[in-house]
Amino acid sequence: MDIPRDKLLEIYERMVTIRKFEDRVHDEYAAGRIPGFVHLYAGEEAVAVGVCAHLSDADSITSTHRGHGHCIAKGVGVNEMMAELYGRATGACKGKGGSMHIADIDRGMLGANGIVGGGVPLACGAALTAQVQGSGVVAVSFFGDGGANEGTFHEGLNLAAIWKLPAIFVVENNRYAQSTSVKYASAGGDIAARAQAYGIPGVTVDGLDLFDVYETTGAAIDRARAGDGPTLLECQTYRFYGHYEGDTQGYRSREEIEEYRTNHCAILRFRNRVTEQGLVAADELDAIDAQVADAIDAAVEFAANSPFPDASEVTTDVYVNYQEVI
Amino acid sequence: MMGEERTLTLGLAIREALHQEMERDPTVIIMGEDIVGGAGSDEPGAEDSWGGPMGITRGLVGKFGHNRVRDTPISEAGFIGAAVGAAATGLRPIAALMFIDFFGIPMDQIYNQGAKLRYMFGGKAKVPMVIRALIGAGVNAAAQHSQSLYSIFTHIPGLKVVIPTTPYDAKGLLISAIRDDDPVFFLEHKTLLGERGPVPEEPYTVPLGVAEIRREGSDVTVVAIAKMVNVALSAAEILESEGVSVEVIDPRTLSPLDGGTILDSVEKTGRLVIVDEDTPRCSLATDIAALAADEAFYSLEAPIKRITAPHTPVPFSPTLENAYIPSPEQVVAAVREVMAV
Repeated sequence: MDIPRDKLLEIYERMVTIRKFEDRVHDEYAAGRIPGFVHLYAGEEAVAVGVCAHLSDADSITSTHRGHGHCIAKGVGVNEMMAELYGRATGACKGKGGSMHIADIDRGMLGANGIVGGGVPLACGAALTAQVQGSGVVAVSFFGDGGANEGTFHEGLNLAAIWKLPAIFVVENNRYAQSTSVKYASAGGDIAARAQAYGIPGVTVDGLDLFDVYETTGAAIDRARAGDGPTLLECQTYRFYGHYEGDTQGYRSREEIEEYRTNHCAILRFRNRVTEQGLVAADELDAIDAQVADAIDAAVEFAANSPFPDASEVTTDVYVNYQEVI
Repeated sequence: MMGEERTLTLGLAIREALHQEMERDPTVIIMGEDIVGGAGSDEPGAEDSWGGPMGITRGLVGKFGHNRVRDTPISEAGFIGAAVGAAATGLRPIAALMFIDFFGIPMDQIYNQGAKLRYMFGGKAKVPMVIRALIGAGVNAAAQHSQSLYSIFTHIPGLKVVIPTTPYDAKGLLISAIRDDDPVFFLEHKTLLGERGPVPEEPYTVPLGVAEIRREGSDVTVVAIAKMVNVALSAAEILESEGVSVEVIDPRTLSPLDGGTILDSVEKTGRLVIVDEDTPRCSLATDIAALAADEAFYSLEAPIKRITAPHTPVPFSPTLENAYIPSPEQVVAAVREVMAV
């Protein structure tokens, strides 16, 4: 599948934005400037970007606790994202959500999600809206190898299959559910094969290869838009940081992490391919690197200089309308 | 028969509200287990053979089609979660949970997703959905099909909880719930579905958060929830013959709660009895008692009394179940007790 040149540049820009955003959050968190729990997406960029490159704001995605990459891939701005992580009033959720609940409904980003597997039924609902209204849009649910062991995964796949919902289920198999190996926790050893039980296509994808993700997702989206129902994609990938910031990672070796960082970096792989094939010049990509670095610096500055929410905000936004008389 | 009021059962009032709202607003859809019935069967007449466990949704599919009226698999987490996702993306789904006792299966989708999306997203989402479910004991359905449990949903910020006790309120409250922009639990007491009463044919709303005084009185305030309204009214009849004037308040919605009507009444009567079919700990009865103690303490002339189910599961055998459900006699005894102070 040929990807237009402009698209290649956009894809690169999004992947680098995710990487630099996460590297910076890692540093900011370590410096004590970001409160709460943070789970970083670095290493898995090709999955979020390869999938979302096909989507418009009208298409919906649901995400996970490791949601920053999905947000950036779906077009959420890094300023409001960083401000949200900083707990500021200018954040994407006015400081009420934090890392695990960043959302942007207007861009079809239905939220990171602190509950493993929690987004799968929500994506079915977004796909249901599309089907009822005949809008032609699709819904994508991202979740991990851990999420594929939740009941919601099975209920969601079954529901989407019987109703032929325009949904794509994307498993990001990064080999570890928290500290637990997929080899231990996932019976059968082949998550994509679970699709067979629901009579839908299940495809194993090299999640470190942007082109493989892009092409496979394109076929799944075509199928969904044609009314032929959902597809399960198992994208095999790897996370560079621990499960959470502060994770001592005794469950995997430094050599393993270094091997992936050095020899299986999705961004490097993409960069080498497009430059070797003469699709894009290296200096164009260098320019993007520099622009993104500036944008991340600006995002941190924006966040750090933004006000915290007023304490009166504790009680707003619970309901659209709530008339309680005491 | 000019001027004679039309009456409907509470169940049929719900059906009429569903028809009228689905007709009015194409974004309203309904889904749940067997709400049509007979899905996938080749048997002639299988379709619409159930219409939900009480037949309330029968006839909807013929009028609105399978796109908007959907039988679901027995996948409560799947379809309740799908209702949340559909609500967040532009529909107004009504999800039928059948029995409230089943809430444990989809609970994450209810309290961690549906109830919180708006808050977590800084007010940028809305989740206009209704979850209908049957509540209550009295039909020997035993421990997993007879609970009330409304206190659990009342406890959760982001949810609203509505319990109609008359056919008129059932129609008006359901229309309000469907048009409401927040997630609403609409709870139907099994033993009230057959109650008959006047229901206007045209669509109308009964506002959420407004209690109804079912019977005016001056000596004691009795706040009663769901079927306990009828229990309280029976007790009030008995007590009237003893010269005790009982005011019976039906909150109608537990979240938001119309505390003002309750407190005004307590300030007038100086005595409060609460009748609640739910179990007693961390219950609505406890919550309303605390409200009165906080806000109307100096008006009280006697201790607040709570009449509730015992702290047990709902038993099966009719004699045990009768002992479980609060009775008019218990209410009468409690009122006599507070009147003796």
